[in-house]
Amino acid sequence: MRWTEAGLALAIAGLTSGFGQIARPAPPQPPRAPSPLTPSTPSPAAKRFVVVLDAAHGGSDDGARLGKGVLEKNLTLALAEQLKAMLREQGIAVTMTRNIDVDLPTLNRAEIANHAQAAACLVLHATATGSGVHLFTSSLSPVPRAEVLPWGSAQAEFVTESLKLESELDAALVHAEIPVTMGRASVAPMDNMACPTVAVELAPLAPGNATKGRTITNELYQKTVEGAMAVAIGSWRTDQTER
Amino acid sequence: MISRAHKVLFGVLLLACVAMAAVLIRLRNRAQDRLQEQAAGAPAMEIPGGVPPTEVTLYVPNDLDDSLVAVHENLALPQGESAEAQELLTNLVAAFHAPGSTHPIDVANGVNEVYLMPVPKAAGATGNSGQLAVVDLTAALAAEQPSGIEPETLTLLAMMATLHANLPAITEVHFLVDGQPRETLAGHADLTRTYLASEANPTPNPEAAEGAQ
Repeated sequence: MRWTEAGLALAIAGLTSGFGQIARPAPPQPPRAPSPLTPSTPSPAAKRFVVVLDAAHGGSDDGARLGKGVLEKNLTLALAEQLKAMLREQGIAVTMTRNIDVDLPTLNRAEIANHAQAAACLVLHATATGSGVHLFTSSLSPVPRAEVLPWGSAQAEFVTESLKLESELDAALVHAEIPVTMGRASVAPMDNMACPTVAVELAPLAPGNATKGRTITNELYQKTVEGAMAVAIGSWRTDQTER
Repeated sequence: MISRAHKVLFGVLLLACVAMAAVLIRLRNRAQDRLQEQAAGAPAMEIPGGVPPTEVTLYVPNDLDDSLVAVHENLALPQGESAEAQELLTNLVAAFHAPGSTHPIDVANGVNEVYLMPVPKAAGATGNSGQLAVVDLTAALAAEQPSGIEPETLTLLAMMATLHANLPAITEVHFLVDGQPRETLAGHADLTRTYLASEANPTPNPEAAEGAQ
């Protein structure tokens, strides 16, 4: 038994704050950030097609250790830089949450994305387990558009769009013969992002019947994944323009 | 002088004593035989506190395809739902630790305790809203958990699916590490929120491994 009175009190306090999230589809969350509620109606200036790339971790937060001294924070930043270059070649504006190895709280990442009023937000991660690319969308239940978005569940209004963006990424990656798994997850700062958001987690490529095994640091493998993601974002832009 | 009548009476009483002793010895032997027969035919004594095994379903993750595989096992579960829940998760973590695991986590003891409490009802709600399971994970499990969205999410989903499948009254699950709230399991999966047990929605697996142990 490792419960202490203080621990129990903290746990109960944490649970109490969590109940509201479960009980109601669109719960009013206690403010998790000092910023005001995010306006859901984009201003005319936001019509520009902007993609936000969030290279996860950074600074003192190394993220996963991917073997041979490779840290997740460095790999995600390198992936983001390379993907940014590919998207800019297509004339797509890109906003990065970080360009250097720096500590950046998850709430600040969401603030950057929400300020950009992006058409797509990609949260880049990497892991040493599994195979191929893992795509995740928020586990929040979708809710209809409202005047204001609760900070803690801003993503709920965008879940349907996020699932569509995930489908675009899935199609492009499968076309590039990269194995893909898709799921829902609760990972910061996705739930605070007021834009179609997908977490893209790169894993090593396990050898299969039709595929050759690749390490996560293999340049060709990384380029293939980045190229597929750039194609998917291009398709997403076309879809958005046609609406 | 002893009269003839007294001699006859003494003789009769002596015979009666001998006859009664013989009858008693005979009855004693019969009773002993009956007890021995009953002892030979009786079932083996149960170990005090022993519980017959119950078939349970453990949901074991597969990192390669992001799935949860149903594994059926027979476990002697302890009395009480909290102890039962803890036993289920202890066996699940043992599957993570087993050689050839599809979701390897090198830890022998992953769960300190499982606490069950009623889920607070929403205003105006009626009926039973289920139970909240507070799962207190060990710091060793958090330390050995491979870092990443997929592996961390699979660990949580496997625990939620296993609890909900065997104890359907559990509708919500919250995780602690060594009795304390924590931001993430190993840098990714959010532990600050309370999960709905139904979020773990394992794909039906008709070819589920049977009797793995």
